[in-house]
Amino acid sequence: MKILVCISSVPDTTSKINFTADKSAFDKNGIQWVINPLDEFALTKAIQLQTAKGANVTVVNVGGAETEAVIRKALAIGANDAIRVNMEPKDSFSTAKELATVAQNGGYDLILCGKESIDYNGGSVPGMLAQFLGQPFVNASVGLEVEDSGAKVSREIEGGKETISVNLPAVIAGQKGLVDEKELIIPNMRGIMSARTKTLQVVEPVSSEVKVQSVSFDSVPPRAAVKLVSPDNLDELVRLLHEEAKVI
Amino acid sequence: MAVFVYAENINGVYKKAAFEAVSYAKAIADQSQDSVTAITVNPTDSSDLLYKYGASKVIRIEDAGLKNFSPKAYAEAVNQVADGNIIVFPHTTDASSIAPMLAVTKNYSLITNVIAVPESISPFQVKRRSFSGKGFMHAKAEGNGVIVTISQNAYGVKENPVSGSEEEKNLSVANEDTKVISHEQSSGKLDLKEAEIVVSAGRGLKGSENWGMIEDLANVLGAATACSKPVSDIGWRPHTEHVGQTGKAISPNLYIAVGISGAIQHLAGVNGSKTIVVINSDPEAPFFKSADYGVVGDAFQIVPALTEKIKALKG
Repeated sequence: MKILVCISSVPDTTSKINFTADKSAFDKNGIQWVINPLDEFALTKAIQLQTAKGANVTVVNVGGAETEAVIRKALAIGANDAIRVNMEPKDSFSTAKELATVAQNGGYDLILCGKESIDYNGGSVPGMLAQFLGQPFVNASVGLEVEDSGAKVSREIEGGKETISVNLPAVIAGQKGLVDEKELIIPNMRGIMSARTKTLQVVEPVSSEVKVQSVSFDSVPPRAAVKLVSPDNLDELVRLLHEEAKVI
Repeated sequence: MAVFVYAENINGVYKKAAFEAVSYAKAIADQSQDSVTAITVNPTDSSDLLYKYGASKVIRIEDAGLKNFSPKAYAEAVNQVADGNIIVFPHTTDASSIAPMLAVTKNYSLITNVIAVPESISPFQVKRRSFSGKGFMHAKAEGNGVIVTISQNAYGVKENPVSGSEEEKNLSVANEDTKVISHEQSSGKLDLKEAEIVVSAGRGLKGSENWGMIEDLANVLGAATACSKPVSDIGWRPHTEHVGQTGKAISPNLYIAVGISGAIQHLAGVNGSKTIVVINSDPEAPFFKSADYGVVGDAFQIVPALTEKIKALKG
Protein backbone atom coordinates (compact mmCIF):
# COMPACT_ATOMS: atom_id res chain seq x y z
CA MET A 1 0.00 0.00 0.00
CA LYS A 2 1.25 3.48 -0.92
CA ILE A 3 0.22 6.49 1.14
CA LEU A 4 0.85 10.11 0.22
CA VAL A 5 0.78 12.62 3.09
CA CYS A 6 0.52 16.29 2.14
CA ILE A 7 2.25 18.56 4.62
CA SER A 8 2.57 22.28 4.90
CA SER A 9 5.30 24.25 6.65
CA VAL A 10 3.69 26.80 8.99
CA PRO A 11 4.70 29.18 11.80
CA ASP A 12 4.92 27.50 15.18
CA THR A 13 1.61 27.86 17.05
CA THR A 14 3.19 30.15 19.66
CA SER A 15 4.22 32.66 16.95
CA LYS A 16 3.02 36.23 17.03
CA ILE A 17 1.84 37.08 13.54
CA ASN A 18 3.19 40.33 12.10
CA PHE A 19 2.95 41.73 8.60
CA THR A 20 5.47 43.68 6.55
CA ALA A 21 5.37 47.50 6.81
CA ASP A 22 3.39 47.83 3.58
CA LYS A 23 1.00 45.07 4.85
CA SER A 24 1.46 43.14 1.62
CA ALA A 25 2.87 39.97 3.17
CA PHE A 26 3.37 37.92 6.30
CA ASP A 27 6.60 38.95 8.05
CA LYS A 28 8.68 35.77 8.33
CA ASN A 29 11.35 37.37 10.52
CA GLY A 30 12.18 35.30 13.58
CA ILE A 31 9.56 32.65 12.84
CA GLN A 32 10.13 29.01 13.78
CA TRP A 33 8.60 26.67 11.22
CA VAL A 34 6.81 23.43 12.03
CA ILE A 35 4.76 20.78 10.28
CA ASN A 36 1.19 22.09 10.21
CA PRO A 37 -0.28 20.47 13.36
CA LEU A 38 -3.31 19.08 11.51
CA ASP A 39 -0.99 17.54 8.90
CA GLU A 40 1.00 15.99 11.74
CA PHE A 41 -2.11 14.07 12.84
CA ALA A 42 -2.38 12.78 9.25
CA LEU A 43 1.32 11.89 9.13
CA THR A 44 1.11 10.04 12.44
CA LYS A 45 -1.87 8.04 11.17
CA ALA A 46 0.14 7.14 8.06
CA ILE A 47 3.07 5.95 10.20
CA GLN A 48 0.66 3.80 12.20
CA LEU A 49 -0.50 2.22 8.93
CA GLN A 50 3.15 1.76 7.92
CA THR A 51 3.71 -0.21 11.15
CA ALA A 52 0.48 -2.18 10.96
CA LYS A 53 0.24 -2.85 7.23
CA GLY A 54 3.72 -2.23 5.86
CA ALA A 55 2.53 0.81 3.95
CA ASN A 56 5.08 3.01 2.18
CA VAL A 57 4.64 6.61 3.32
CA THR A 58 5.66 9.49 1.05
CA VAL A 59 5.37 13.07 2.26
CA VAL A 60 4.92 15.91 -0.19
CA ASN A 61 5.23 19.63 0.34
CA VAL A 62 4.82 22.55 -2.01
CA GLY A 63 7.41 25.10 -0.98
CA GLY A 64 10.84 26.65 -1.42
CA ALA A 65 14.13 25.08 -0.33
CA GLU A 66 13.71 26.64 3.14
CA THR A 67 10.91 24.15 3.89
CA GLU A 68 13.30 21.18 3.68
CA ALA A 69 14.00 21.29 7.42
CA VAL A 70 10.32 20.64 8.05
CA ILE A 71 10.26 17.89 5.41
CA ARG A 72 13.30 16.24 7.07
CA LYS A 73 11.40 16.32 10.36
CA ALA A 74 8.57 14.35 8.69
CA LEU A 75 11.19 11.84 7.49
CA ALA A 76 12.61 11.66 11.02
CA ILE A 77 9.11 10.92 12.33
CA GLY A 78 9.13 7.93 10.00
CA ALA A 79 8.05 8.73 6.43
CA ASN A 80 9.93 6.59 3.90
CA ASP A 81 10.65 9.30 1.36
CA ALA A 82 9.68 12.82 0.38
CA ILE A 83 8.90 15.05 -2.56
CA ARG A 84 9.17 18.83 -2.61
CA VAL A 85 7.47 20.78 -5.38
CA ASN A 86 9.79 23.71 -5.86
CA MET A 87 7.26 26.52 -5.72
CA GLU A 88 6.29 29.21 -3.24
CA PRO A 89 2.62 28.34 -2.60
CA LYS A 90 0.49 31.28 -3.72
CA ASP A 91 -3.06 30.00 -3.31
CA SER A 92 -5.02 26.81 -2.64
CA PHE A 93 -5.81 26.18 -6.29
CA SER A 94 -2.22 26.22 -7.54
CA THR A 95 -1.02 24.21 -4.52
CA ALA A 96 -3.73 21.56 -5.02
CA LYS A 97 -2.90 21.35 -8.71
CA GLU A 98 0.77 20.61 -8.01
CA LEU A 99 -0.18 18.01 -5.39
CA ALA A 100 -2.55 16.39 -7.89
CA THR A 101 0.28 16.02 -10.39
CA VAL A 102 2.50 14.37 -7.78
CA ALA A 103 -0.39 12.10 -6.74
CA GLN A 104 -1.11 11.05 -10.31
CA ASN A 105 2.52 10.29 -11.03
CA GLY A 106 2.91 8.20 -7.88
CA GLY A 107 -0.32 6.18 -8.04
CA TYR A 108 -1.13 6.22 -4.33
CA ASP A 109 -3.82 4.13 -2.63
CA LEU A 110 -4.57 6.73 -0.01
CA ILE A 111 -3.91 10.45 0.33
CA LEU A 112 -3.94 12.00 3.79
CA CYS A 113 -3.91 15.72 4.64
CA GLY A 114 -4.72 17.97 7.53
CA LYS A 115 -8.13 19.63 7.28
CA GLU A 116 -6.55 23.07 6.94
CA SER A 117 -3.26 24.85 7.47
CA ILE A 118 -3.05 27.09 10.50
CA ASP A 119 -1.48 29.94 8.50
CA TYR A 120 -3.69 30.80 5.54
CA ASN A 121 -6.63 28.69 6.78
CA GLY A 122 -8.05 28.11 3.34
CA GLY A 123 -9.24 24.63 4.22
CA SER A 124 -9.50 24.17 0.47
CA VAL A 125 -6.51 22.14 -0.71
CA PRO A 126 -7.78 18.65 0.27
CA GLY A 127 -11.16 19.05 -1.46
CA MET A 128 -9.60 20.60 -4.55
CA LEU A 129 -7.01 17.83 -4.70
CA ALA A 130 -9.73 15.17 -4.53
CA GLN A 131 -11.67 16.83 -7.33
CA PHE A 132 -8.59 17.20 -9.54
CA LEU A 133 -8.04 13.47 -9.06
CA GLY A 134 -11.71 12.52 -9.36
CA GLN A 135 -11.44 10.72 -6.03
CA PRO A 136 -13.87 10.61 -3.10
CA PHE A 137 -13.18 13.07 -0.30
CA VAL A 138 -13.82 12.86 3.43
CA ASN A 139 -13.24 15.99 5.49
CA ALA A 140 -12.84 16.57 9.25
CA SER A 141 -11.89 12.93 9.82
CA VAL A 142 -11.49 11.77 13.41
CA GLY A 143 -10.90 8.08 12.81
CA LEU A 144 -9.55 5.85 10.04
CA GLU A 145 -9.23 2.11 9.56
CA VAL A 146 -7.92 0.65 6.33
CA GLU A 147 -9.49 -2.63 5.28
CA ASP A 148 -9.00 -4.83 2.24
CA SER A 149 -12.00 -3.44 0.43
CA GLY A 150 -11.53 0.20 1.30
CA ALA A 151 -11.37 2.50 4.28
CA LYS A 152 -13.66 3.03 7.22
CA VAL A 153 -13.59 6.70 8.18
CA SER A 154 -15.27 8.60 11.01
CA ARG A 155 -15.90 12.26 10.46
CA GLU A 156 -17.06 14.98 12.76
CA ILE A 157 -20.50 16.34 12.00
CA GLU A 158 -22.34 19.10 13.84
CA GLY A 159 -23.38 17.57 17.14
CA GLY A 160 -22.01 14.12 16.46
CA LYS A 161 -20.04 11.68 14.40
CA GLU A 162 -20.64 9.74 11.21
CA THR A 163 -18.79 6.61 10.15
CA ILE A 164 -18.62 5.80 6.47
CA SER A 165 -16.96 3.31 4.20
CA VAL A 166 -15.01 4.80 1.31
CA ASN A 167 -13.65 3.23 -1.83
CA LEU A 168 -9.91 3.75 -2.28
CA PRO A 169 -8.07 5.63 -3.59
CA ALA A 170 -9.49 8.60 -1.71
CA VAL A 171 -8.42 11.88 -0.17
CA ILE A 172 -8.96 12.03 3.58
CA ALA A 173 -8.49 15.25 5.53
CA GLY A 174 -7.96 14.82 9.23
CA GLN A 175 -8.06 16.79 12.44
CA LYS A 176 -7.35 16.04 16.08
CA GLY A 177 -8.96 12.71 16.88
CA LEU A 178 -7.58 11.03 13.75
CA VAL A 179 -4.85 10.29 16.25
CA ASP A 180 -4.63 11.62 19.78
CA GLU A 181 -2.14 14.26 20.84
CA LYS A 182 -0.31 11.65 22.93
CA GLU A 183 0.19 9.41 19.89
CA LEU A 184 2.24 12.06 18.07
CA ILE A 185 5.77 10.83 17.44
CA ILE A 186 8.77 12.77 18.70
CA PRO A 187 11.70 11.87 16.45
CA ASN A 188 14.47 9.95 18.18
CA MET A 189 18.17 10.14 17.31
CA ARG A 190 17.95 7.11 15.01
CA GLY A 191 15.07 8.71 13.14
CA ILE A 192 16.91 11.99 12.80
CA MET A 193 20.06 10.27 11.54
CA SER A 194 18.21 8.12 9.00
CA ALA A 195 16.18 11.12 7.78
CA ARG A 196 19.40 12.65 6.47
CA THR A 197 19.89 9.89 3.94
CA LYS A 198 16.28 9.27 2.93
CA THR A 199 15.27 10.38 -0.56
CA LEU A 200 13.99 13.93 -0.85
CA GLN A 201 13.12 14.44 -4.47
CA VAL A 202 12.69 17.98 -5.79
CA VAL A 203 10.32 18.43 -8.72
CA GLU A 204 9.52 21.58 -10.65
CA PRO A 205 5.96 22.95 -10.75
CA VAL A 206 3.80 22.21 -13.78
CA SER A 207 1.54 25.24 -13.70
CA SER A 208 1.57 28.79 -12.45
CA GLU A 209 -2.11 29.61 -12.62
CA VAL A 210 -3.24 31.47 -9.51
CA LYS A 211 -6.93 32.00 -8.75
CA VAL A 212 -6.76 34.16 -5.63
CA GLN A 213 -4.35 37.02 -4.90
CA SER A 214 -3.53 38.08 -1.35
CA VAL A 215 -3.84 41.84 -1.70
CA SER A 216 -3.02 42.91 1.86
CA PHE A 217 -3.13 41.83 5.49
CA ASP A 218 -4.38 43.39 8.74
CA SER A 219 -3.45 42.57 12.30
CA VAL A 220 -6.13 41.95 14.91
CA PRO A 221 -7.01 45.29 16.57
CA PRO A 222 -6.34 45.26 20.32
CA ARG A 223 -9.28 45.29 22.72
CA ALA A 224 -9.90 48.20 25.07
CA ALA A 225 -8.53 47.73 28.60
CA VAL A 226 -10.33 45.07 30.64
CA LYS A 227 -12.93 46.22 33.16
CA LEU A 228 -12.32 44.29 36.35
CA VAL A 229 -15.28 43.46 38.55
CA SER A 230 -14.92 42.33 42.16
CA PRO A 231 -15.98 38.74 42.83
CA ASP A 232 -18.15 40.18 45.62
CA ASN A 233 -20.03 42.36 43.17
CA LEU A 234 -21.25 39.98 40.46
CA ASP A 235 -24.43 42.04 40.15
CA GLU A 236 -22.23 44.62 38.48
CA LEU A 237 -20.92 42.03 35.98
CA VAL A 238 -24.47 40.97 35.15
CA ARG A 239 -25.47 44.64 34.76
CA LEU A 240 -22.52 45.33 32.42
CA LEU A 241 -23.29 42.30 30.27
CA HIS A 242 -26.97 43.18 30.16
CA GLU A 243 -26.88 46.97 29.77
CA GLU A 244 -23.46 47.86 28.38
CA ALA A 245 -22.44 44.91 26.21
CA LYS A 246 -26.09 43.89 25.65
CA VAL A 247 -25.13 40.25 25.23
CA ILE A 248 -27.41 38.65 27.84
CA MET B 1 -27.26 37.06 -13.29
CA ALA B 2 -28.46 35.75 -9.96
CA VAL B 3 -26.23 35.35 -6.93
CA PHE B 4 -26.48 31.71 -5.89
CA VAL B 5 -26.33 30.53 -2.30
CA TYR B 6 -26.17 27.06 -0.82
CA ALA B 7 -28.73 26.81 2.01
CA GLU B 8 -27.53 23.97 4.20
CA ASN B 9 -30.06 21.87 6.07
CA ILE B 10 -29.71 19.04 8.53
CA ASN B 11 -32.33 16.36 7.97
CA GLY B 12 -34.32 18.88 5.96
CA VAL B 13 -34.20 21.65 8.58
CA TYR B 14 -32.28 24.82 7.70
CA LYS B 15 -29.27 25.71 9.81
CA LYS B 16 -28.72 29.22 11.13
CA ALA B 17 -25.62 29.24 8.89
CA ALA B 18 -27.97 28.91 5.89
CA PHE B 19 -29.79 32.09 6.91
CA GLU B 20 -26.46 33.88 7.37
CA ALA B 21 -25.34 32.79 3.91
CA VAL B 22 -28.62 33.92 2.32
CA SER B 23 -28.35 37.28 4.17
CA TYR B 24 -24.83 37.65 2.85
CA ALA B 25 -25.83 36.72 -0.72
CA LYS B 26 -28.58 39.34 -0.52
CA ALA B 27 -26.00 41.99 0.46
CA ILE B 28 -23.94 41.09 -2.64
CA ALA B 29 -27.02 41.03 -4.85
CA ASP B 30 -28.02 44.50 -3.65
CA GLN B 31 -24.57 45.80 -4.60
CA SER B 32 -24.64 44.20 -8.03
CA GLN B 33 -28.40 44.76 -8.59
CA ASP B 34 -29.12 41.07 -8.89
CA SER B 35 -31.46 38.69 -7.15
CA VAL B 36 -30.64 35.76 -4.88
CA THR B 37 -31.32 32.13 -5.79
CA ALA B 38 -30.95 29.63 -2.98
CA ILE B 39 -30.12 25.97 -3.58
CA THR B 40 -30.95 23.29 -1.04
CA VAL B 41 -30.86 19.50 -1.09
CA ASN B 42 -33.82 17.38 0.07
CA PRO B 43 -35.39 20.06 2.31
CA THR B 44 -38.47 19.63 4.46
CA ASP B 45 -38.53 23.21 5.81
CA SER B 46 -40.62 25.80 3.98
CA SER B 47 -38.94 28.08 1.44
CA ASP B 48 -40.62 30.99 3.25
CA LEU B 49 -37.74 30.77 5.75
CA LEU B 50 -35.31 31.70 2.95
CA TYR B 51 -37.50 34.39 1.33
CA LYS B 52 -37.36 36.12 4.71
CA TYR B 53 -33.61 36.73 4.32
CA GLY B 54 -33.76 37.83 0.73
CA ALA B 55 -33.84 34.74 -1.52
CA SER B 56 -36.34 35.43 -4.30
CA LYS B 57 -35.99 31.95 -5.73
CA VAL B 58 -35.41 28.61 -4.00
CA ILE B 59 -34.31 25.59 -5.99
CA ARG B 60 -35.23 22.48 -4.03
CA ILE B 61 -33.11 19.57 -5.25
CA GLU B 62 -34.84 16.25 -4.70
CA ASP B 63 -32.47 13.32 -5.05
CA ALA B 64 -32.86 10.11 -3.07
CA GLY B 65 -29.20 9.34 -3.80
CA LEU B 66 -28.18 12.42 -1.82
CA LYS B 67 -29.83 11.20 1.36
CA ASN B 68 -26.32 10.61 2.67
CA PHE B 69 -23.81 13.42 2.51
CA SER B 70 -20.86 13.18 0.17
CA PRO B 71 -18.95 16.34 -0.78
CA LYS B 72 -18.29 15.05 -4.29
CA ALA B 73 -21.91 14.17 -5.05
CA TYR B 74 -23.23 17.36 -3.46
CA ALA B 75 -20.75 19.45 -5.44
CA GLU B 76 -21.98 17.80 -8.62
CA ALA B 77 -25.63 18.47 -7.70
CA VAL B 78 -24.95 22.15 -6.98
CA ASN B 79 -22.88 22.36 -10.16
CA GLN B 80 -25.88 21.23 -12.20
CA VAL B 81 -28.15 24.04 -10.97
CA ALA B 82 -25.88 26.98 -10.02
CA ASP B 83 -25.29 28.77 -13.31
CA GLY B 84 -24.19 32.12 -11.91
CA ASN B 85 -20.71 33.47 -11.41
CA ILE B 86 -21.03 34.19 -7.67
CA ILE B 87 -21.87 31.29 -5.36
CA VAL B 88 -22.06 31.68 -1.57
CA PHE B 89 -21.65 28.86 0.96
CA PRO B 90 -21.64 28.90 4.76
CA HIS B 91 -18.28 27.85 6.22
CA THR B 92 -19.76 24.83 7.98
CA THR B 93 -17.98 21.47 7.96
CA ASP B 94 -20.16 20.09 5.18
CA ALA B 95 -20.50 23.19 3.02
CA SER B 96 -16.79 23.97 3.27
CA SER B 97 -16.13 20.44 2.00
CA ILE B 98 -18.37 20.92 -1.05
CA ALA B 99 -17.07 24.36 -2.05
CA PRO B 100 -13.47 23.39 -3.03
CA MET B 101 -14.71 20.52 -5.22
CA LEU B 102 -17.20 22.81 -6.93
CA ALA B 103 -14.50 25.47 -7.42
CA VAL B 104 -12.40 22.97 -9.38
CA THR B 105 -15.36 21.77 -11.47
CA LYS B 106 -16.39 25.32 -12.35
CA ASN B 107 -12.82 26.60 -12.56
CA TYR B 108 -13.80 29.43 -10.18
CA SER B 109 -11.77 31.24 -7.53
CA LEU B 110 -12.52 30.13 -3.97
CA ILE B 111 -12.25 32.49 -1.00
CA THR B 112 -13.00 30.87 2.36
CA ASN B 113 -13.61 32.12 5.92
CA VAL B 114 -15.03 35.41 4.69
CA ILE B 115 -16.13 37.81 7.43
CA ALA B 116 -17.44 40.97 5.72
CA VAL B 117 -19.31 42.12 2.63
CA PRO B 118 -17.12 42.39 -0.47
CA GLU B 119 -14.95 45.48 -0.84
CA SER B 120 -15.56 45.24 -4.56
CA ILE B 121 -17.64 42.92 -6.75
CA SER B 122 -15.69 43.16 -10.00
CA PRO B 123 -12.97 42.24 -9.42
CA PHE B 124 -14.27 40.41 -6.37
CA GLN B 125 -12.31 41.44 -3.28
CA VAL B 126 -13.18 40.59 0.31
CA LYS B 127 -11.80 40.39 3.84
CA ARG B 128 -11.27 36.93 5.31
CA ARG B 129 -9.98 35.46 8.53
CA SER B 130 -6.42 34.17 8.26
CA PHE B 131 -3.59 32.90 10.46
CA SER B 132 -6.11 31.11 12.72
CA GLY B 133 -7.61 34.35 13.93
CA LYS B 134 -4.23 36.08 14.37
CA GLY B 135 -4.72 38.19 11.24
CA PHE B 136 -6.94 39.13 8.32
CA MET B 137 -6.37 38.92 4.59
CA HIS B 138 -7.88 40.97 1.80
CA ALA B 139 -8.23 38.45 -1.00
CA LYS B 140 -8.94 39.17 -4.64
CA ALA B 141 -10.41 36.66 -7.09
CA GLU B 142 -8.81 36.30 -10.50
CA GLY B 143 -11.03 35.36 -13.41
CA ASN B 144 -14.77 35.41 -13.88
CA GLY B 145 -16.36 33.22 -11.27
CA VAL B 146 -16.02 33.19 -7.51
CA ILE B 147 -17.18 30.97 -4.66
CA VAL B 148 -17.07 32.30 -1.10
CA THR B 149 -17.62 30.53 2.21
CA ILE B 150 -18.94 32.74 5.03
CA SER B 151 -17.48 32.35 8.50
CA GLN B 152 -20.23 31.51 10.99
CA ASN B 153 -21.43 34.24 13.39
CA ALA B 154 -19.38 36.85 11.50
CA TYR B 155 -21.74 38.61 9.11
CA GLY B 156 -24.81 37.49 11.01
CA VAL B 157 -28.44 36.98 10.08
CA LYS B 158 -30.23 39.94 8.51
CA GLU B 159 -33.92 39.87 7.68
CA ASN B 160 -34.72 41.24 4.26
CA PRO B 161 -38.07 39.79 3.20
CA VAL B 162 -38.80 39.42 -0.49
CA SER B 163 -41.57 37.63 -2.32
CA GLY B 164 -40.19 34.40 -3.68
CA SER B 165 -40.95 31.36 -5.75
CA GLU B 166 -39.66 27.83 -5.62
CA GLU B 167 -38.64 25.28 -8.18
CA GLU B 168 -38.32 21.57 -7.56
CA LYS B 169 -35.45 19.92 -9.36
CA ASN B 170 -35.26 16.15 -9.56
CA LEU B 171 -31.71 14.92 -9.91
CA SER B 172 -30.05 11.54 -9.71
CA VAL B 173 -26.40 12.21 -9.04
CA ALA B 174 -24.10 9.22 -8.67
CA ASN B 175 -23.18 8.76 -5.01
CA GLU B 176 -21.53 5.37 -4.82
CA ASP B 177 -18.03 6.05 -3.55
CA THR B 178 -19.08 6.31 0.07
CA LYS B 179 -21.59 4.47 2.25
CA VAL B 180 -22.76 5.52 5.69
CA ILE B 181 -22.19 2.84 8.33
CA SER B 182 -23.39 4.78 11.37
CA HIS B 183 -24.63 8.27 12.09
CA GLU B 184 -24.84 9.64 15.61
CA GLN B 185 -26.18 13.13 16.00
CA SER B 186 -27.70 14.62 19.11
CA SER B 187 -30.40 17.05 18.08
CA GLY B 188 -30.69 18.78 21.44
CA LYS B 189 -27.12 19.96 21.65
CA LEU B 190 -26.22 23.50 20.59
CA ASP B 191 -23.74 23.68 17.75
CA LEU B 192 -20.59 25.32 19.14
CA LYS B 193 -19.88 27.28 15.96
CA GLU B 194 -23.44 28.60 15.72
CA ALA B 195 -23.88 29.38 19.43
CA GLU B 196 -24.29 33.04 20.35
CA ILE B 197 -22.99 32.46 23.85
CA VAL B 198 -20.20 30.03 24.76
CA VAL B 199 -19.06 29.07 28.27
CA SER B 200 -15.59 27.58 28.21
CA ALA B 201 -13.31 26.18 30.86
CA GLY B 202 -9.70 25.17 31.25
CA ARG B 203 -7.31 23.34 33.50
CA GLY B 204 -8.21 25.70 36.34
CA LEU B 205 -11.25 23.51 36.91
CA LYS B 206 -8.96 20.75 38.20
CA GLY B 207 -10.98 17.80 36.89
CA SER B 208 -13.81 16.65 34.64
CA GLU B 209 -16.03 16.11 37.69
CA ASN B 210 -16.21 19.89 38.15
CA TRP B 211 -17.86 20.65 34.81
CA GLY B 212 -21.38 20.56 36.31
CA MET B 213 -21.21 24.22 37.24
CA ILE B 214 -20.03 25.13 33.72
CA GLU B 215 -22.98 23.26 32.22
CA ASP B 216 -25.34 24.95 34.70
CA LEU B 217 -24.11 28.39 33.68
CA ALA B 218 -24.35 27.42 30.00
CA ASN B 219 -27.90 26.17 30.52
CA VAL B 220 -29.21 29.38 32.07
CA LEU B 221 -27.58 31.37 29.26
CA GLY B 222 -28.69 29.06 26.45
CA ALA B 223 -24.99 28.67 25.71
CA ALA B 224 -22.79 25.96 24.23
CA THR B 225 -19.85 24.61 26.25
CA ALA B 226 -16.24 24.58 25.11
CA CYS B 227 -12.79 23.92 26.55
CA SER B 228 -9.09 24.68 26.16
CA LYS B 229 -6.63 22.39 24.38
CA PRO B 230 -5.01 20.84 27.51
CA VAL B 231 -8.45 19.87 28.78
CA SER B 232 -9.31 17.97 25.59
CA ASP B 233 -5.81 16.44 25.47
CA ILE B 234 -6.16 15.10 29.02
CA GLY B 235 -9.57 13.77 28.06
CA TRP B 236 -11.68 15.72 30.54
CA ARG B 237 -13.81 16.91 27.64
CA PRO B 238 -14.27 15.66 24.04
CA HIS B 239 -12.10 17.02 21.18
CA THR B 240 -15.22 18.52 19.62
CA GLU B 241 -15.26 21.13 22.40
CA HIS B 242 -11.66 22.26 21.91
CA VAL B 243 -11.51 25.88 20.77
CA GLY B 244 -8.23 27.45 19.69
CA GLN B 245 -5.75 27.46 16.88
CA THR B 246 -5.74 23.72 16.27
CA GLY B 247 -9.34 23.21 17.34
CA LYS B 248 -12.37 25.26 16.41
CA ALA B 249 -12.37 28.99 15.75
CA ILE B 250 -15.55 30.57 17.08
CA SER B 251 -17.02 34.06 17.17
CA PRO B 252 -19.98 34.19 19.54
CA ASN B 253 -21.48 37.39 20.95
CA LEU B 254 -20.33 36.39 24.41
CA TYR B 255 -17.44 34.13 25.37
CA ILE B 256 -16.99 33.35 29.06
CA ALA B 257 -13.61 31.75 29.86
CA VAL B 258 -13.26 30.08 33.25
CA GLY B 259 -9.85 28.97 34.51
CA ILE B 260 -8.17 29.44 31.12
CA SER B 261 -4.88 31.33 31.22
CA GLY B 262 -5.15 32.57 27.64
CA ALA B 263 -2.22 31.17 25.68
CA ILE B 264 -1.80 32.77 22.26
CA GLN B 265 -3.08 29.58 20.58
CA HIS B 266 -6.30 29.76 22.59
CA LEU B 267 -6.82 33.47 21.94
CA ALA B 268 -6.47 32.88 18.21
CA GLY B 269 -9.56 30.69 18.24
CA VAL B 270 -11.77 33.05 20.24
CA ASN B 271 -10.69 36.61 19.53
CA GLY B 272 -13.48 36.98 16.98
CA SER B 273 -15.91 36.95 19.94
CA LYS B 274 -17.77 40.23 20.40
CA THR B 275 -17.51 40.29 24.21
CA ILE B 276 -15.08 38.26 26.30
CA VAL B 277 -15.40 37.65 30.05
CA VAL B 278 -12.49 36.06 31.87
CA ILE B 279 -12.78 34.46 35.30
CA ASN B 280 -9.42 33.40 36.73
CA SER B 281 -7.79 33.18 40.14
CA ASP B 282 -4.47 34.42 38.74
CA PRO B 283 -4.53 38.21 38.23
CA GLU B 284 -1.48 37.82 35.95
CA ALA B 285 -3.28 35.47 33.54
CA PRO B 286 -2.55 36.82 30.02
CA PHE B 287 -6.19 36.34 29.06
CA PHE B 288 -7.16 39.48 31.06
CA LYS B 289 -5.27 41.56 28.48
CA SER B 290 -7.59 40.30 25.76
CA ALA B 291 -10.82 40.45 27.76
CA ASP B 292 -13.58 43.05 27.98
CA TYR B 293 -14.59 42.10 31.52
CA GLY B 294 -12.65 40.21 34.13
CA VAL B 295 -13.19 38.74 37.58
CA VAL B 296 -10.14 37.74 39.61
CA GLY B 297 -11.10 35.05 42.08
CA ASP B 298 -12.10 31.49 42.80
CA ALA B 299 -14.15 30.04 39.94
CA PHE B 300 -15.74 27.53 42.29
CA GLN B 301 -17.36 30.44 44.16
CA ILE B 302 -17.92 32.80 41.25
CA VAL B 303 -19.48 30.54 38.62
CA PRO B 304 -22.37 29.18 40.76
CA ALA B 305 -23.05 32.67 42.13
CA LEU B 306 -23.07 34.13 38.62
CA THR B 307 -25.46 31.39 37.49
CA GLU B 308 -27.91 32.32 40.28
CA LYS B 309 -27.73 36.02 39.41
CA ILE B 310 -28.36 35.41 35.71
CA LYS B 311 -31.24 33.12 36.63
CA ALA B 312 -32.70 36.00 38.66
CA LEU B 313 -32.20 38.43 35.75
CA LYS B 314 -34.00 36.09 33.36
CA GLY B 315 -36.73 35.71 35.99
